[in-house]
Amino acid sequence: MSEHLLEVDDLYVEFRTRDGVAKAINGVSYTLDAGETLAVLGESGSGKSVTAQTIMGILDMPPGFITGGEIRYKGSDLLQLPEKERQKIRGAEIAMIFQDSLSALNPVFTVGDQIAEMFQVHRGMSKKEGMKRAVDLMEQVRIPAAKERVKDYPHQFSGGMRQRIMIAMAISLDPAVLIADEPTTALDVTVQAQIMELLQDLQRERNMGMILITHDLGVVAGVADKIAVMYAGRIVEDADVLTLYGEPAHPYTEGLLASMPRVDTKGEELYAIKGLPPSLLALPPGCNFNPRCPYKQEICLREVPPRQEVAPGHGSACHFWEEVYRARTDSAS
Amino acid sequence: MSDPNASMAAAAPETVEKETYLGSDLPPAPGDKEKSRSLWSDAWRELKSNKVFIISLVLIVVFLIMTFFPQVFTFGKDPMACDLTKSRQAPSSEAWFGYDNNGCDVYTRTIYGAKASILVGVFATLFTMLLGGFIGVIAGFFGGWVDSILSRLTDIFFAIPLLLGGILVLTSFPASDSTNLYSEVAKVVLALGILGWTSMTRIMRSSVIQVRNADFVVAARALGAKNSRIINKHVVPNSLAPLIVLATISLGGYIGAEATLSFLGLGLQPPVISWGTMINDAQPYIRVAPFMLFFPAFFLSIAVLSFIMLGDAVREALDPKLR
Repeated sequence: MSEHLLEVDDLYVEFRTRDGVAKAINGVSYTLDAGETLAVLGESGSGKSVTAQTIMGILDMPPGFITGGEIRYKGSDLLQLPEKERQKIRGAEIAMIFQDSLSALNPVFTVGDQIAEMFQVHRGMSKKEGMKRAVDLMEQVRIPAAKERVKDYPHQFSGGMRQRIMIAMAISLDPAVLIADEPTTALDVTVQAQIMELLQDLQRERNMGMILITHDLGVVAGVADKIAVMYAGRIVEDADVLTLYGEPAHPYTEGLLASMPRVDTKGEELYAIKGLPPSLLALPPGCNFNPRCPYKQEICLREVPPRQEVAPGHGSACHFWEEVYRARTDSAS
Repeated sequence: MSDPNASMAAAAPETVEKETYLGSDLPPAPGDKEKSRSLWSDAWRELKSNKVFIISLVLIVVFLIMTFFPQVFTFGKDPMACDLTKSRQAPSSEAWFGYDNNGCDVYTRTIYGAKASILVGVFATLFTMLLGGFIGVIAGFFGGWVDSILSRLTDIFFAIPLLLGGILVLTSFPASDSTNLYSEVAKVVLALGILGWTSMTRIMRSSVIQVRNADFVVAARALGAKNSRIINKHVVPNSLAPLIVLATISLGGYIGAEATLSFLGLGLQPPVISWGTMINDAQPYIRVAPFMLFFPAFFLSIAVLSFIMLGDAVREALDPKLR
């Protein structure tokens, strides 16, 4: 087996709440290589953020429990490392960007202080050196007049600028892996595009591996190399971007794509996948998607579909992937 | 948020390149200090225009001068220089507040009495703030069984009334014939502080719990900060405001509590002069020489009131929801 930069292997996470056990992640596996962007796609509660939090080691435990699996970073299992070792990896090797940049920055310190802190904590630099690096970084994330603005407080920046500051903090120590948890969800559309472009440029410059967590199919298309679609704590389909968009082999992915608003369907009613995502406290037996699936057969109620290889690098966890796949490719030809 | 420059700068359009930003669009006006807009500087701005704050601050400054330089007000008179022939003489142009039972000048003694009261107030507040704040941070931040134990401990201490506890502590001290002001003050501070920290703990704990799960704490952790650093840099600075407000208000309360204990003959002991002991001295003569009671009591009320007013003003400034 070739070694990947980051490898999530058959991960299980559950939350033990008063109402019962919520199975948030049920056997998620994915890999990430240097210079590669993996988009993890899914709706709220599909477990995409929990996976990221588990990788970072910032999952609230309890109520969260990791009940199985491994997360290998450069060959060593993060979940087995002592807390002290993980501390060194956090921020320096694997860094994370959060969705809401206003609440993710400390309101009582200037942004310069906060970026400089990264260098002070991890690199033992003096405050002065740290501040100098902070200005450099703010220029790298294209904040105008960085020299003056380094002394500003987070609330003095616009949403897009704040997200740039978060990015500056995250890349400050040259991490090998950058996890971006819905980095553009709180921003308006034009700013979204700029932030995505910035992330992509930085990733290429530094040859980082990037995990992009999102529920926005549009954001993913231009940036990601490969996509993993999550549903109810499982990866239901994984493929490279073009394949997934062009030839989906899972009914859920198919539904997602069909529900995207498009210019050529303007005026028509927007397609929506019927039903609601299942409660993680009471997952339906068999395939979790079966209550909403148009391809449902009797077997779907009994057996959890394993990942099946559609083509090299393209997997689908559906008993009837062939039908989904054929329906699409037939109509295309 | 009324500063138009600040809000403009905050809303600087994303697309504007550096050159235009520096150029005609938003020239950083010289002398326009719009950069420091932290919570504290915002609060200061708000406070500066608050009349209640100014009045209470002036009063507190006057009391502080009384504490450290009582000579400024007493024209060199000695509070211990008493003349029994003048016992209980009414206020006059020579002695504005009259003379007490021992023929001491009430005005001079009232001024000198500020020292003990203010010292007790300040140190009892500092003591409770540090102890209570520390326990509150630990309980709030770590949660779980640490929190359970510390919270129950707090509840136990909270259940004992402050004055009753103070009396208990003070009566259990071995009687000393020390006349040193500072050791007497330390005794009262300890008596008040041992029970007073609970409310500080409670308010700090709840404030820390609010901040503990804030995104920036999670973000700091995700970027590799240790617990100690998270507490120092992220949790404490963001949860300090309610504690400061409570501290300012309770400072007045401690001054009052000191006076009560001294009045009961348990707090500060003569010859230490404090408002409480003066009121205690005056009590038997309340009908023949009411001025003996009135002046120290008046100063006491004003001191308590000014700290409570200050606390109110600070709370308004720090808590934008009240604006």
